[in-house]
Amino acid sequence: MTTTTTPRRTALYQSHQHLGGKIVDFHGWELPVQFESILKEHEATRSRCGMFDVSHMGQVFVTGPDALAFLQKVNANDIARIGPGKAIYSHLPNERGGVVDDVIVSCLEKDRYLVVVNAATADKDFAWFTKHAAGMDVSLENKSDFFGMVAVQGPKAAEIVMFLAPKALALPRFGAMELMLYGLPSFITRTGYTGEDGFELIVSNQVVVRVWEDLLAQGRSLGTLPCGLGARDTLRLEAGYLLYGEDLDDEHSTYEANYGWVVKLDKGDFIGRDALARQKKEGLQRKLTGVRLLERGVPRHGAAVIVEGRQAGTLCSATYSPTLAAGIGVGYLDRPDLAPGTKAAVVLHGREVPAEIVKVPFYQSPHLKKGA
Amino acid sequence: MFDPKTLRFMKSHEWLHLDGDAATVGISDHAQKEITDVVFVEPPKAGRHVKQGEPCCVVESVKAAFDIYAPVSGEIVTANADVVKDPSLVNASPYGKGWLFKIKASSPAEASKLMDNAAYEQFLLSEAAHGSH
Repeated sequence: MTTTTTPRRTALYQSHQHLGGKIVDFHGWELPVQFESILKEHEATRSRCGMFDVSHMGQVFVTGPDALAFLQKVNANDIARIGPGKAIYSHLPNERGGVVDDVIVSCLEKDRYLVVVNAATADKDFAWFTKHAAGMDVSLENKSDFFGMVAVQGPKAAEIVMFLAPKALALPRFGAMELMLYGLPSFITRTGYTGEDGFELIVSNQVVVRVWEDLLAQGRSLGTLPCGLGARDTLRLEAGYLLYGEDLDDEHSTYEANYGWVVKLDKGDFIGRDALARQKKEGLQRKLTGVRLLERGVPRHGAAVIVEGRQAGTLCSATYSPTLAAGIGVGYLDRPDLAPGTKAAVVLHGREVPAEIVKVPFYQSPHLKKGA
Repeated sequence: MFDPKTLRFMKSHEWLHLDGDAATVGISDHAQKEITDVVFVEPPKAGRHVKQGEPCCVVESVKAAFDIYAPVSGEIVTANADVVKDPSLVNASPYGKGWLFKIKASSPAEASKLMDNAAYEQFLLSEAAHGSH
């Protein structure tokens, strides 16, 4: 894909440069892939704390008497399950059961919700929302350009966020709150993309540099490191989180992505419900499956996965797992029946490297309760 | 640990130390910084014959795989078992414990085609000036 538009920068671009961040183009955004070392940043997040600039992500506010009805229509998950102060992970299905985006919906108060969407899909999502809000008493506001976003992740995250927002400590996992930070309306959710305890702070671009620098200054003594996209990717893949555009798209369904728990068929009608219900009844032809190498090597996106002598699919996300010190990946295999422990192989540099099918997530943090 | 001033370099950032026909090969300090955290090294097998400029070893970081080219022709004598066990040596000591493999050079004079340290440093500066990263 060629694009003539200049890359976009988050409000933290200069801070990243001062910290020696190695800047790359990520879906049209100039963001650090790493500061000092992906491995060190990964380790810091697993054992202490890592801070991530996720300002490229989008924020859509959904307000009005029909806000819940609208969100129920476009989401696979049951948004009625969350009241004020709670957030929920969900997929936005299309009519065929494919996924428009994966999102986190926070209920701020009755009839007022915040939807955090992916950067690359923010405009697509907003157009999708606008189309499906027609005729409903709901207002949609895309505030993606107004807000920056900082993720503070790791077992020490609460100690660091406490410095800025003591009340955030009371948030349960997937709790959400609205508060003033540096005099401006802000939001904190106890969510993340690393498989550790953590917080995501959504603050105006006017103050995001202060939030970032103050939290980092506070966190340094506790071993906090600024982290780039490289560690973000190794952390999320170990934790079994999907990356939209790689593991999830308009053509693969939530069931195929092995995220069936997100789909609540019994909540009433929603876009894609019929297609999803049919798929659940008829069974899957392919499923996103975890693979772990049994020998040394680093699997990459696109690597073929061999099961019982034939190619069963290719890896869509794959990396070296710093925590497991092994190559891991996920791919859509046309063998949804495979049990963990099944022998397989991954083709790397023309060679079949022994591997096995494993359960996802690849890693469960001892700091985070199971299922949280 | 080799003094970079005594080494020859390829544009693809391999270094060569030559003592008679005994060649030792690694990657430069600049290269290890660019590659970032090395997590896997697949060295060539002893006994393999390589030609100058032939890819014969793979160095992988978390993000990408890099081919390593033979700086001179000859026979692979040995690979560094320590970097296979602990790939981070390539980052920690690119001119020392992080060497990759040794070649018995069939025509050591080929080394004259490579850059000396001063020329390599010039080359890095011109690369930086072209804004590659």
